[in-house]
Amino acid sequence: MAADPQITEERLNAIRDEAARTGKVQHGGIVPADSPFPKSALEMSYHGNPVLKPPTWTWQVPLYFFVGGVAGVSALMALVGHVTGNSALVRAELLVGLVGGAISAPLLIADLGRPGRFLNMLRVFKPRSAMSLGAWTLSGFSAAVGLAVICHELLRAGYGHEFLLAVEWFAEFLAAFTGLILASYTSVLLGVTAIPVWSENRRLIPAVFLTGALGSAAAVLEFLGFLIPATQLIGLVASTTEIVIAILIEVRDRYADRPLREGIAGWLTRAGAILAGPVSLLLRIYGVHSTGARYCAALCFIAGALIARYAWIAAGRASARDPQALFQIQRRDRNTTSAI
Amino acid sequence: MAVSAFLTDATLCIGCKACEVACKEWNHVPADGFTFTGNSYDNTNALGASTWRHVMFLEQPSSLGAQITGTDDPFRWQFLSDVCKHCQKAGCLEACPTGAIIRTELETVYVQPDVCNGCGYCVVSCPFGVVDKNHEVGTAFKCTFCYDRQREGLMPACAKACPTQSIQFGEINDLRKRAHVRVQELHERGYSDAQIYDPQKTSVEGTHAMFVILGEPETYNFPPAPEVPTVHMKSAWTAAIISALAVVLVVCVSFAL
Ligand code: SF4
Repeated sequence: MAADPQITEERLNAIRDEAARTGKVQHGGIVPADSPFPKSALEMSYHGNPVLKPPTWTWQVPLYFFVGGVAGVSALMALVGHVTGNSALVRAELLVGLVGGAISAPLLIADLGRPGRFLNMLRVFKPRSAMSLGAWTLSGFSAAVGLAVICHELLRAGYGHEFLLAVEWFAEFLAAFTGLILASYTSVLLGVTAIPVWSENRRLIPAVFLTGALGSAAAVLEFLGFLIPATQLIGLVASTTEIVIAILIEVRDRYADRPLREGIAGWLTRAGAILAGPVSLLLRIYGVHSTGARYCAALCFIAGALIARYAWIAAGRASARDPQALFQIQRRDRNTTSAI
Repeated sequence: MAVSAFLTDATLCIGCKACEVACKEWNHVPADGFTFTGNSYDNTNALGASTWRHVMFLEQPSSLGAQITGTDDPFRWQFLSDVCKHCQKAGCLEACPTGAIIRTELETVYVQPDVCNGCGYCVVSCPFGVVDKNHEVGTAFKCTFCYDRQREGLMPACAKACPTQSIQFGEINDLRKRAHVRVQELHERGYSDAQIYDPQKTSVEGTHAMFVILGEPETYNFPPAPEVPTVHMKSAWTAAIISALAVVLVVCVSFAL
């Protein structure tokens, strides 16, 4: 052993860091007597086996992430429509919210295998579990949207009553509020896990998911005939944000982000970003006067946002498979704080 | 009730896998099929829904503890029986939306099979990659710390079956002391890389299954600094709220124009 083990360890750490950064070691380093050449920490793991378990979620879950997001933001748009006095918009958006909520529940239940199992989610309310919060939010959202639709339709049919209107306002407000939670909790659900690529991006995923939900909700509106300036503007903002996020992912050189740039998950991420970002944006800008171009832009954005949900789950799977992603983060955090 | 704990000692394990077998027998854990991994004598690979004790086989080049292998390389064969860590702050328990995962009166972490609904959130929330979903049954499984046996005053099946006392079972503070004595002893005998794996300084705040290991935790696929994912709750929600407010702003402005 070297005279001062502390210095030796530090030196080895420096060499490991260098190897992790550059992929090779330039310096000779320190070889303690009788020991093998220090291996780059990159190779350290149990037979290269994964440390973490990959997500078990079936294909319905990313689809639910998408549908829930669209439904949630649509409810917000319904409220804004009511405030601005656009009755047609309120009606359409409440319907989107209702249908979205109605699709979401079966999707979640399909992942659980047996319908009755969903009820177990409502045994307890546990806000520190994003999954529990989500189950309650979805239930509350569906109820609120349902109530709002009933009130709205009754009022339209001429059963006008001040009380009914008050209930509609209340239900719409509740639907918009729970809708925003519904659209954003799924990003927290991923961010607050042990999976490196999710956990390291816990501040980014909310922006990704909400941008996707916002743009897709506007795109759905366009398909419902609302080819108005508002949906165009939202589409432009959402596509631009998608581009910014994609550039950020590409230029930020972090080991944990590799699944977002490499392999199947990487290509899915890129495909989603290109469709929802530049393609949709260019179609909107150059097809200002063409209805067809606008529909194409809407379709591209929806497809891109949907692919992005699958890409994030695939990236999580790849990230769980790579023990070094986890070790790197923890070694970094350990070096900046103190040793175990 | 006393606080139960395991102390599993890599320097005493002989790789006989009696613990794996005893666990499967007692708990009626299903078979995981016959696969050949080529990873030394380990064809189990990792803990999972149908593996609650897993014996690791590490083949390491080292001058310490060199074994006579007939080759010129100094060679160290290491074994260690891995198990659920029964974290002081458990990621799986924090994540569970149904309340199926509970802390028992023995301070162990237990999945109630009749309450679990198979949402899979504990699977991605365990910082050690322990708990997993059994896809046939559709719910999550992991080590129960032989809750049934302990309630009857018996020690867990794996500890009972271990022929070398590599798996020790007892009261947590008692075992922590024993671990320190053991590591000291190993240092004196020249195993300078012996250490205790019991991450107490991270948000996991220590485990009820600690280990005496030789070398770095990473070589056993132990995370060097495991964190309970919920420590990131605040930063994730802050980002979500900011993004949501931005959405509200964009929608309001767009429809007001
Ligand atoms: S090791 Fe994983 S499964 Fe075991 S108590 Fe800790 S978080 Fe739960």
